[in-house]
Amino acid sequence: MGAGDFPAGLDEMIAKRVDELVAQKLEQQLAQLQPKKGPPSMTIIATKGTLDWAYPPYILASAGAVLGWDVAVFHTFYGLKLLLKDLSQLQVSPLGNPAMPMKMPFGPQWFRDISWNMPNAIPSIVPGFEAVATSLMKKTFKDKGVASIEELRQTCIEADVKLIACQMTVDTFGFDPKEFIPEVSEYCGATSFLAIAQKADVNLFI
Amino acid sequence: MEFDKELDARGLACPMPIVKTKKALAGMAAGQVLKIVATDAGSVSDMQAFAEATGHQLLSSQTQGHEYIFFVKN
Repeated sequence: MGAGDFPAGLDEMIAKRVDELVAQKLEQQLAQLQPKKGPPSMTIIATKGTLDWAYPPYILASAGAVLGWDVAVFHTFYGLKLLLKDLSQLQVSPLGNPAMPMKMPFGPQWFRDISWNMPNAIPSIVPGFEAVATSLMKKTFKDKGVASIEELRQTCIEADVKLIACQMTVDTFGFDPKEFIPEVSEYCGATSFLAIAQKADVNLFI
Repeated sequence: MEFDKELDARGLACPMPIVKTKKALAGMAAGQVLKIVATDAGSVSDMQAFAEATGHQLLSSQTQGHEYIFFVKN
């Protein structure tokens, strides 16, 4: 029985109906395949524990949270220091930090504009130089209205940013979880973190 | 321009002007207008991005000397 044996018009009707049904079915199947659209998400890996590098992870995390994104910060290696209850120990050093501008946050404007190039010999020989550099940087932040790390971290916590600790480096470097803030949402490893990162829209390594 | 609340974000650096804006808006009723005064130059593009991403309306963005004045509708 070939196509030529169908009554006139029936062939057309069937083709049209099949087209409609296929289109419907395809739409259903595509909808099932596509992931549900939620807010954008971001993961940040925080690996540094100095005062200067404490800022980028928390500034970016707060900015993401303000935009309504789902944000998680994975603290590993020295980034674990950012989870300590006591953040006053965070320091910064010009040693081996050739890009760090040392400008004095006091005195007349022409004096403040001078960029002092610290040769590595000075911080490595002069005891207490890190403390000087740290307090100069803290004063610079305060003068320029930059929030403290404590304030930025608190902003992240209030915005439901997930703060995650890397279990392996907690163990390796002997961090005591009792010294971390209670808001650490979980201790996990690289594998479980990557599972989260895979679904995120933005992944940053700091 | 009329506004229902004013936020003084002068002297605050990124990301605080936007963080405080979001907080202030959360405490306001829908349709109310928040005026924000900031001194951070980055807040100009930040406020635009914030408004677009969160569906609030940036009614106006002006520069007055060293200050940036924004009106955002909740």
